[in-house]
Amino acid sequence: MFISPSRLKAAGIVGMNQRNANFVMRYNKRRYYPLVDDKLKTKSLAQEKGIAVPELYGVVEVPHQIKGLEKLVKNKPGFVMKPAHGAGGNGVMVIADQFGDGYVKSSGQIIVGSTLVHHAQNILSGMYSLGGLPDKAMIEYLVQFDPLLESVSYQGVPDIRVIVFLGVPIAAMVRLPTRASDGKANLHQGAVGVGIDIATGVTGNGVINNQLVDTHPDTRNNLSGIHIPHWPQILELAANCADLCHLGYLGVDIVLDGNLGPLVLELNARPGLNVQLANGFGLEKRLDILEKRQKDIPRSAEHRAQMAIETFSAA
Amino acid sequence: MQQLHLRIFSLAIALIGLAICAYKVSYLGLPLTPDEDTDVWVVQARLAFKGNTGPAKVAFAVPGETPGFTRLDEDFISGGYGLGVEEEGFHRRVDWAKRRAKGSQVLYYRVTLAESLNNKEPFQGKAPKYPERPQYPEPYDSAITSILDDVRAESADTASFSRELIKQVNAEEPNENIKLIRSLSHGRLERVDQLVEMLQGARIPSRVLYGLMLNKAVGDVELQPILQVFNGEEWLSFDPTTGEQGMPDEFLVWMVGEPNLVASSGTGEIETTFSMARVNRDVIEVATARADAMDSRIMDVSLLNLPLQTQNVYKILLTVPLGALMIVLLRNIIGLRTFGTFMPILMSLAFRETQLVLGVILFVTITAIGLLVRFYLERMMLLLVPRLAAMVTIVLLIMLGVSLLSNSFGIERALSVALFPMVIIAMTIERMSLSWEEHGAQHALLEGGGSLVAAIMGYLVMSNPVLTHLVFIFPELLLIVLAVILVLGRYTGYRLSELWRFRNVEKWENK
Repeated sequence: MFISPSRLKAAGIVGMNQRNANFVMRYNKRRYYPLVDDKLKTKSLAQEKGIAVPELYGVVEVPHQIKGLEKLVKNKPGFVMKPAHGAGGNGVMVIADQFGDGYVKSSGQIIVGSTLVHHAQNILSGMYSLGGLPDKAMIEYLVQFDPLLESVSYQGVPDIRVIVFLGVPIAAMVRLPTRASDGKANLHQGAVGVGIDIATGVTGNGVINNQLVDTHPDTRNNLSGIHIPHWPQILELAANCADLCHLGYLGVDIVLDGNLGPLVLELNARPGLNVQLANGFGLEKRLDILEKRQKDIPRSAEHRAQMAIETFSAA
Repeated sequence: MQQLHLRIFSLAIALIGLAICAYKVSYLGLPLTPDEDTDVWVVQARLAFKGNTGPAKVAFAVPGETPGFTRLDEDFISGGYGLGVEEEGFHRRVDWAKRRAKGSQVLYYRVTLAESLNNKEPFQGKAPKYPERPQYPEPYDSAITSILDDVRAESADTASFSRELIKQVNAEEPNENIKLIRSLSHGRLERVDQLVEMLQGARIPSRVLYGLMLNKAVGDVELQPILQVFNGEEWLSFDPTTGEQGMPDEFLVWMVGEPNLVASSGTGEIETTFSMARVNRDVIEVATARADAMDSRIMDVSLLNLPLQTQNVYKILLTVPLGALMIVLLRNIIGLRTFGTFMPILMSLAFRETQLVLGVILFVTITAIGLLVRFYLERMMLLLVPRLAAMVTIVLLIMLGVSLLSNSFGIERALSVALFPMVIIAMTIERMSLSWEEHGAQHALLEGGGSLVAAIMGYLVMSNPVLTHLVFIFPELLLIVLAVILVLGRYTGYRLSELWRFRNVEKWENK
């Protein structure tokens, strides 16, 4: 049932220990972590550099501001509330619509205002933040996702995870929500991970809970062969984010908005295991190539995106 | 480079730990396994005499240097007597004195001995002067001369000369000369004195050691003589009746070449009896006393010198690194998922109080009931800290309920639940319920189960009697634990869980 370590090594799979010791600890300086751990900081930094992000409607920083929460979202039919220091999609509440006193979650479940307020309180008290530290709640624009991916998503917003090493995108996948994942694009919760060819932006097969799948379990549509729109732009955006946060080994989460194009959702300092599963190849070879060619890596994000396409085409 | 540095450093501290431990085992005799006993000898000399109602003084030779043994303890039992111990060279003497000694008096000297681990050839000291050949009265002079000539003819060096002399003097069918000499002496002790005199005739320095054979049966024993001759370089020991060379095993040297065992004034005749007993004692106790006697600094910094209560705390605390190592193995090598990094260790500590099976049952029961209550609390939408406080209170109430219930059923062990860490359980419940909501029941149960497995494994390591004994007696072994943890800190291989997680990766590629 298990795979032997030597065969896994031959497949070039990077394990968690290796990732942490050889990439995260070596290329990501601790002092830059706050930039990615605090999504508010990431957002304002991105805006400064002109990187597209979902618009921030407001922040709840201290408990008394919670009173103004419902007023804040009054004219926003759809919005997302999430903890600034959350991890792994925990504590994200997606409201797709509202009517009267009720809010409609992306799953279709209707909640009342007090539930929303309670959730904000939970976020502030640090329920979802690392180490339980008091946190802030961000309320931001709900992405109107690209209809192209609609055929392979079940409620909720699919997102694209790009792994960027030394400023060069090396691998990518798209995470598609399923009924099982409750509309969340989180592989641990049963979302589908689908590998994307970094050179062409075309999807391959998918993986659910470590099992291969050809079609989306809910929509029954084929997962492979989809051209991700704006692909070159996505690569450049991801490459740009590496300069933004000074991390050598980075995961960039990007959503496709039907109107606004690709938007950077958040950055991750410790990515990289699931993307290997979704793509069915290990990262080791690509990491190796870039480590050896460190001097050849161009300065501009545009050229780095180009380098990714050239280096990893048909890999 | 980094890797090499780490390995060398780890190896170095591991070796230091091992070296200290090896020293403690081989020189101080500290046991590697718990509950070991060792034999010690208690030797007692009893001096009985009648006092002359006037001042009495008794000088009694006692063991000084004790090759093969370590003196653990000494008692001088002498009601009303002033006491002084004098040491000079190899000679050690206790002086008892009393202004008025009336009637029968008894003095005791008692010494406790343990086998020594560093056995060296004893009583060497400075080279002695070569004695002048004495003038023996006739007819003995010519007899001795003839014996010495015989012996000289049949020997090559001092050792063989002495051996031959002893043999001839003790021969079963002695010749006339020997017979003549023998007629002068009565008993073994005098026979040895004769040997010394005769060796003087050959200008060989010699002396007599007196001691007790401790390997003999328990009870009354007598001083035995051992003849020592100086061969120009060192003193050689011979059994004065068989001529066998070397110190006998388990021979306690009481005194060296001293003419008098007891000297006294103002007393009647002193009757001296020796008795001995072999006693079982805890090895650790013996080793500590031995280290004391050896002036070893290492036991000065031993945990055994701490107050007993502190010792008991350390007995538990010292096992925590073992549990921590277990967690490293489980998480970084196996890939087990737990709530909190070291929370399972705290559970393991709690299991020590309740024993494993009961601890696990209690943990599962309390957590399950707590989870149900927690789901109910969720509907009240409490803020985080008050909710946690409420959970702590509720966990305590559940524990109280379990205790009362088990008491009425007569399960006494369940009462030790009192030491169960309720805050930890409350936190576990909280995190488990969050995980349940966010990632589903399967995920939560998996992580909860992982924590439980880690706690059980931690308990097994931390309550292992051999391991707990080792880290308590040899805390330096924790350096080895540290070294292993450091090396594992750079383990970049796969986790067992990843071999499972990526099991389909090859199929993928074939597609």
